[in-house]
Parts: sequence; C-alpha cells; structure tokens
Amino acid sequence: MNEENKAKVDAIIRKWSGKRGALIMALHELQGQFGYVPWEEALYLGQELGIPMAKIYECLTFYNYFKVKAPGKYVISVCDGTACHIKGGASLIEELEKELGVPAGATTDDGLFYVQVVRCLGCCGLAPVMVINGVTYGKLTTDKIKSIINEWRAKEGN
Amino acid sequence: MVTLTIDGMEVKVPEGTSVLDACREAQVIVPTLCKHPDLEPTAACGICIVKINGRMLRSCCTPVAEGMQVITRDPDIMKARKTIVELILSRHPNDCLGCLKNGNCELQDLAQEFALDKDAFANITPTSEEMPIDKSTGCIQIDPRKCVQCGRCVQVCQNVQNVYALSSLKRGIHTRMAPAGDLPLDDSPCIKCGQCSAHCPTGAITEVDETGKVWNYLQDATKTCVVQIAPAVRVALGEAFGYKSGDLVTGKIYAVLRRMGFKAVFDTNFAADLTIMEEGSEFVKRFTTEPERLPLITSCCPAWVDYLEKIDHDMIDHFSTAKSPQAMLGALAKTYYAEKIGVEPKDMIVVSIMPCTAKKWEIKRSAEMFHDGVQNIDVSLTTRELVRMIKQMGVDFNNLPDEEADSPLGQYSGAGTIFGFSGGVMEAALRTAHYLITGKELENLEFDQITNLNEGAKEMTLTIAGKEIHIAVAHGIKNVSSVLEKVRRAKANGEKTPYDFIEVMACPGGCVGGGGQPLGVTNAVRKARQDGLKNDDRKSKVRCSHLNPDIQKLYKEYLGAPLSEKAEELLHTHYVARPLYNK
Repeated sequence: MNEENKAKVDAIIRKWSGKRGALIMALHELQGQFGYVPWEEALYLGQELGIPMAKIYECLTFYNYFKVKAPGKYVISVCDGTACHIKGGASLIEELEKELGVPAGATTDDGLFYVQVVRCLGCCGLAPVMVINGVTYGKLTTDKIKSIINEWRAKEGN
Repeated sequence: MVTLTIDGMEVKVPEGTSVLDACREAQVIVPTLCKHPDLEPTAACGICIVKINGRMLRSCCTPVAEGMQVITRDPDIMKARKTIVELILSRHPNDCLGCLKNGNCELQDLAQEFALDKDAFANITPTSEEMPIDKSTGCIQIDPRKCVQCGRCVQVCQNVQNVYALSSLKRGIHTRMAPAGDLPLDDSPCIKCGQCSAHCPTGAITEVDETGKVWNYLQDATKTCVVQIAPAVRVALGEAFGYKSGDLVTGKIYAVLRRMGFKAVFDTNFAADLTIMEEGSEFVKRFTTEPERLPLITSCCPAWVDYLEKIDHDMIDHFSTAKSPQAMLGALAKTYYAEKIGVEPKDMIVVSIMPCTAKKWEIKRSAEMFHDGVQNIDVSLTTRELVRMIKQMGVDFNNLPDEEADSPLGQYSGAGTIFGFSGGVMEAALRTAHYLITGKELENLEFDQITNLNEGAKEMTLTIAGKEIHIAVAHGIKNVSSVLEKVRRAKANGEKTPYDFIEVMACPGGCVGGGGQPLGVTNAVRKARQDGLKNDDRKSKVRCSHLNPDIQKLYKEYLGAPLSEKAEELLHTHYVARPLYNK
C-alpha cells in the first residue's frame, strides 16, 4: 500500500473508529475511493478498527454490491429491471458476455471492461438501457453491442 | 424455575434454558446438525424443529416459557426434518464408503434415523473440479462438497479460538466455509489446531490421513521404525473401542504398536520430562538472574507457536526455546538412540501419535526439526488415525495383554503424563523448578487452582524460597489475549511483569481436548480424560521429571546438563515473526 492510499484509508478509519456498525459504512467508503475493496487496504482498515479479515470478507461476499477485484476501466451497467427485462435486457447481457468473453460480474483479462447487471438506471422510457462510464445507450438491440464496444476499444488505440 | 410440558410430560428447568436442552433434561432426544454443546445455537440447520404451542420452531434457539406445550415428534415435524436432510443430501457426494468420517458422521446418523427417500430431489452435487479439496496445510483438509453449512467450524475458529482463519463466505446455496479471499487455508491465519475438524459433523473437515504412509514404512525392510505416543492419547483412544473417556489404555497401545511392526515403542511422556528439565532450567535462570526477561511462556503447543509467530510476535523473546516433547523425542531417536543401536538416522523412521493436527506442521516448522539434513520425525499421526490403523490390522484390541514401553526413551514420571491437560505443564514445571531453586522437593505436588478446566485463564501465586512466582495458565487460545494484554501494559509502563511464568495450550482443556482426538468431545469428556491422566500421575512411583532415572541417565551419558551446548543443539529451537496472510 503506498502513502497516498494509506492516507485515504486513514481518513476512513478516523471517521469510523469506535462507532457502532462501522464496518459496512467504512467498506462503502473504501469502495467509493478505490472502485472496489482492495485486499491490503481492507486488511489495514480491519487491523485499525479491530475487525478480522474473516469478518470483513463475510460482509464483502454477502452483499452483491461490494467488489473485491478491480473493476475494468470501463464499467458497463446493463439494466435488467422490469421494463428493460421485458424489452430484452437479458439478451443484451448475453450478447455482452459473448462479445467480451467474461460473465457478468467479472473483468476482462485486459482489464478494460467490467459488466454489472443493475436493477434500474432511472430511464425506463429508453428501455432496454446500458450505461458505460456515464454514457447512456437507450432502445438498444443486440446487434448494436459489438460496434459500441468497439468504439470504447478504439479509445485505447487498438 | 420454569414449568413446561414436553410430549405430555411436565418438566421443570431453569429460566433461560433452550427448549432443546429442556428436552434433553427430560431424556427426549431432538436431533440437530448444527448445535454443538461447546457452541452457541445458530439456528442454521433447522433439524431441531419442534411444535411449540402449535407453531413449528427451532428448539435450539427458543428459550423455555412458563406453560409451554412442546411436541417433539409428529408426522408434520418428521416430514419437515426429513425434507431438510433430503435437501442436504441432494448436494452431498455419495461417497460414504470412502469417507474418513464413515461410521462417525452425524449426517449419516440422521439419514439412517429418517429412513430417507434418497431420490427425493435430483442430486446437484458440484464436481470435485468445481469445488476442490483444500489440503494446503498438510494437517487439516476441507472438502467443501461435504459441507452442510452448519457453521460450527467458523464459530469454533472465530469465537472459541479467536483465530479467524475460516469465514462464512457468500450466501445461500453458494455459502462456503473458507478463508477470506478464498485463499488456501495454509495462507490464512490458520494455526492447524484442528478444532474445526473436531466439531465438523460430517467429512467436510478432517485430519489429512497419513496412515498409508506409515503402513508403507512398516513394510519397508530397509527401515527401522520407532514410534512415540503423546500423554493425552492414552486416555482417549480407548473410546473408539468401547472404553470410557479417561480409561488408561497405555499398555494396550504399546502392545498394538509392537504388533504393527514398530521396533521400539517410546513414550512422549519421557520427552515431556526432558522438556521440563530444559524449560524449568530456562525459567529458573531467568527468574533468579534475568528478571527483565520474564515472563517465560511455554512453547510445547505447536498451534500456540503458530499463533504467536503470526499474531503475538512481539512476545517472541519471552517464548521458551525448549522444543516440544514430540520434537525432543524425535531429535533423540535419530541421534542418541540411533547411535546406541547402530542404525544410520536416514534408515530410521520416527512416527508419533499425537492428539493434535498441528503436530503434523510442527515436524517441519523450522531448521531445528532436522538434523544433518534428516527430518527428525517422519510422520505425525493423530489419535483418530491410530484408531483407524488398529481397526485395519485385525487385532482384538480390548483383550491385548498390556506391555511396557522400551528404554531408553520410554520411562516417564507422573509429571510427564500431566502434560496432556491445561495447567499440567505448569504443575510439572513447578515441581522441578522448586527443586532447582531450593534443592528440596515440593510437599504438595498438585495445584488444582491452575488445572481446573472450568476457567479459560487461571492465575496462581506460589512462594518458593521466600520469593513469589506469579503464574498464569490459559487454554482455548482466545483466553491468552487477556493474559498477554496485562504483560504488554506493564511493559509499556515500565512496570514489573504481572506474571513470571505463563502456560498456553491452544485447545480448550489442553491436549485431552486436542483437534486430533476421538470425536464427540464435550466438557464432561475433557474432564474425564483429565482425571485419567491425573490417575496416571498419582499411581506413578516417580512424580517429578528430575527424579526420572532415565532422564538422569540421558544427561549423564549424552547431554551433560540442562541448557548445555549439546542440549541447546538438539533440544531447542527459535521463532520468527510471520505475516497473518500470504497473498
């Protein structure tokens, strides 16, 4: 863990040390800072708050929200909420998995893409919807997936 | 007292009793899979379901109330229990015949009791490729496919042992009892105490079985095989052959080991006497000339050594460098004894029978466990593995004539045998320390204050030659923290240490309740086994380590004196701080 990261964790520790129910709140902040809950930072946080890693991981693996691996550079949120599901959200997920070669919840080997299934993105009128790093794609069909992904790949120059 | 009705019988029990325990008071057995007498109820399995005032509730976590009407068996209840077991078996490998727990499995017992329809649900057991066995420690193996998610292992690892190696990861059908980050157990804080294996109701957590290795050595004509048995084995092994807990079967164990083909049968109790000579001398040296190096902390429990190196390594300077009895006997077998009988150490095989899974780790833990490139102890078996070997060999154990151990590493004093329970090492050490300080024998050899098993951390002050010795004894590794905290606080404040001598055993009760002992341990069993060892001590002609004639002879012939150069070379070790996790 480098000094910069340690300082970030120290701030979280100062805020939550000694407080009831600190663990889950501190983990939320850790994920907020790093995009996921990194091992070393969590171990350090646990030592300072007096919470064993076994307990931290029970919490991290119980809630789907937490990630213990670094998500890809581009986070693809695909909606499978009611409206999107009816409009074919599930087939979008399938198509993404095929295009990227990893299941939802995993990061591609090149570290670029991470697919997460979410329950609503707040724009049901555009169903089915996906969002990549803040860019919203609405009224999607499976045949558009490949070209959208390729646009993002092009940003990496390959 | 609360009065309730169980299956039509009126029962009176103290307030706060669970319905499950109230049933037991009334001789009614309600089956459970997750509740263990050592542990808090978690309501994980649902097998202990009963009808209370007409509602189906889990009896383990429901306290009694005045006027309660409890029904423990009717068709609805039986159907609910049966369905739970059928669902568990739908995700359980059909491997009973090859399982180490075959015949000793709580799930098997339930399956028998409920006359199951084995095809009630489709079998969806993951393959062993999807859920591989974790044998990384070489001591304990976890087969997640056999897990019934009762949570006992996690509870004992976290709440009883304070180790927090195992955790309950994920949820629902995906729940796994594994270290954080899904690391191999060997890269986790696991101290190999084996309490998880002693509490697991199924074959999901067991010792790593090494009986095959030992049979192979015994068949190898080029090898001279010798064996040692630990103190706590003799009061527990008999349980597998119909004896009561605590019944001494020492003579029969010696006999059965000879029939297996071991050329010499030694007793770890002899080496326990030797440990006392070295550790006792270490204590007396520090107590009389180096008070700043107090407290001295005992180191014969390998799970405790592992814990200290990972968690309490600021205390390394206080740790006795004396090897454990197992390790001392191994070192002497391949030097002193090998020389005596003219066998090359590389042609000798030393096997030990221990109540412990961590002893399998100890035999390789540091460079001092080897001599001239040869490992001192080749295989360390648990009591459970020896039971398995005896059952495999076709011998009528119960009617074997008693035999004696071999010299020169087999004769022991009463002080050696009490190493097997909490407080025993300290009591044995004090018997000899008193002699070393005053030149006189103690009048009263027993200290009930430190050997009682009801308290986790015990204290005593003993005055020897006008000087007070402050003693602490902890068992169940969770209880060590309060003791060490006091020492740390005193050190930080520049005060005199609150304790001079500390004994620690990782397992509740000490080795009598060790992680490698026959299953089904409760406090009553621990106490009965302890009483067995106390009897062994009381009937010994010699009850102090320094009076053991073979110990005196060993120092005269070979080692010189305690803490001599030769003794340091063979009988002492060192410790290093290690990280909690390897990742």
